Amino acid sequence: MSPSTTRPLPEAPAARDTPAMTVDLLSVEDLAARVPDGALLGLPPDYSGCAMAAVRALIRRGAKTLHLVAAPQMGFQADMLIGAGCVAEVEAAAVTLGEYGPAPRFTAAVKAGGIAIKDSTCPAIHAGLQAAEKGVPFLPLRGILGSDLLAYRDDWRVIDNPYGEPDGEGDPIVLLPAIRPDVALFHAVRADRTGNVWIGVRRELMTLAHAAKQTLVTVEEITDEDLMADDRTAAGTIPSLYVTALATAKEGARPLGLRGCYAADHAHLQSYVTLAASEDGFARYLRQHVFGREAAE
Amino acid sequence: MTQHVTLRPEEVLIHAISRMLEGLGHVAVGAASPIPGAAAFLAQQRSGGTLRVSLLGSEAHNFFTDGGRELFDCAAQGRIDAFFLGGAQIDGAANINLVGIGGYPQSRVRFPGSFGSAYLYHLIPRVILFREEHSPRTLVQKVDFISAAGVSPDNHYRPGGPHALVTGRCIFAFDRESGRFRLQSVHPGHSVAEVREQTGFAFDLPESVPETELPDDATLDLIRGPVVRAVAETYPAFAARVFGVNTESAA
Repeated sequence: MSPSTTRPLPEAPAARDTPAMTVDLLSVEDLAARVPDGALLGLPPDYSGCAMAAVRALIRRGAKTLHLVAAPQMGFQADMLIGAGCVAEVEAAAVTLGEYGPAPRFTAAVKAGGIAIKDSTCPAIHAGLQAAEKGVPFLPLRGILGSDLLAYRDDWRVIDNPYGEPDGEGDPIVLLPAIRPDVALFHAVRADRTGNVWIGVRRELMTLAHAAKQTLVTVEEITDEDLMADDRTAAGTIPSLYVTALATAKEGARPLGLRGCYAADHAHLQSYVTLAASEDGFARYLRQHVFGREAAE
Repeated sequence: MTQHVTLRPEEVLIHAISRMLEGLGHVAVGAASPIPGAAAFLAQQRSGGTLRVSLLGSEAHNFFTDGGRELFDCAAQGRIDAFFLGGAQIDGAANINLVGIGGYPQSRVRFPGSFGSAYLYHLIPRVILFREEHSPRTLVQKVDFISAAGVSPDNHYRPGGPHALVTGRCIFAFDRESGRFRLQSVHPGHSVAEVREQTGFAFDLPESVPETELPDDATLDLIRGPVVRAVAETYPAFAARVFGVNTESAA
């Protein structure tokens, strides 16, 4: 407390060391341009935070030969990117539109042999991302033995548990290689002026950001508050250390929902499913909702 | 709430599945599983609230705070007692297929994928297989793709595995020693002959097969009251279609 204080104001909190924004603040189009063709692109499931505005921008820029990795399953984002011809390979525990049914463009592409698929199982992808977080080449995981997934994945290994009973019958265990996406792309509620991103309870986004070489995030808003100043927000915040670039995209998850902000647009998603059942219908969807929205985004 | 309506087939399934969850501490329910979800809530009601239910996709009934991985870590530690899996195909050795039919990877019919099945099937002690469609198309001699294997060699670490298979026609119990299903009961309105005809795999058939136990009035009150209200948060379309419960105004 300074003795020269004349007014009975509470002491201002010690000024936190708040560096200037070290994160690039871009337009959605410029953010999407940061995803190079051929990149291993990490995406969250529909129920998490999907950067749908940026996915539309990726389609508009004509992204090519992307390798998508789902954390650990994907829906509308993957189906749209596959249908638009942006994808060479998919690694996922599932590609599904959930209550809206099978992902039509994914299903058609698999049948036609148009994309390569690395079928996985949810915890194997989580483990691969966690290995990348730790900077180790692999993590072991229980289960999976006897599944045809293992038979088709030449990058998965089985070893005998080196800590098992010395005179036992052997204890096989699966090793999963680290998954280090070139880019993670997702949507969140808010970021602060330093580039910290609040994701709340959706911590698979934290794992994705830790694991990826670059993390691109769209947010509903940039807030003036310091998200790291209060434990109630800091606990659910990705530090800007892991964030490469941000773009503001109001309702950027639409037509999907965003926890705590807005619900999914059921009518829109239902119309997508109907249109995407055919190639022509999907092209019409793109004209209406992706290429027709350029000015709006 | 509509009372004294005819017993719905879904109510028979919800009651039958909930009986398999008695005495457990923690039941998790995966995506797209309204009937198993309702069964878990019914078991919770009857447990006096001691049963914990984790319903994936729910905000009110999902306590995980460490992202998508937590369920799986939780299962590997033995903190989940029961779970549900389905399958586009299920075979007589309880192998399940969630990937595709007719070749791989370029399958003639492609499904979403294996989700967590290849892992959870090995780690959760009581995995209940649920597939409403009971036909030679779904219950097959041998699945086209093994997403998750029903049984494992003795030296594989496997605290978990199949407990039963519940369909729209009957309940099969699974014997992990013999690696085979045994017909346990047939739902009202269905017969053993029909089950034999509609099942693509061989199974053990006891001399007499009882009818599946039906829910009593008190149980029906629970199903039609708190259970449907709990499950409607995540499955509004199911609650509306089967029980005529409109959640739009309640939301």
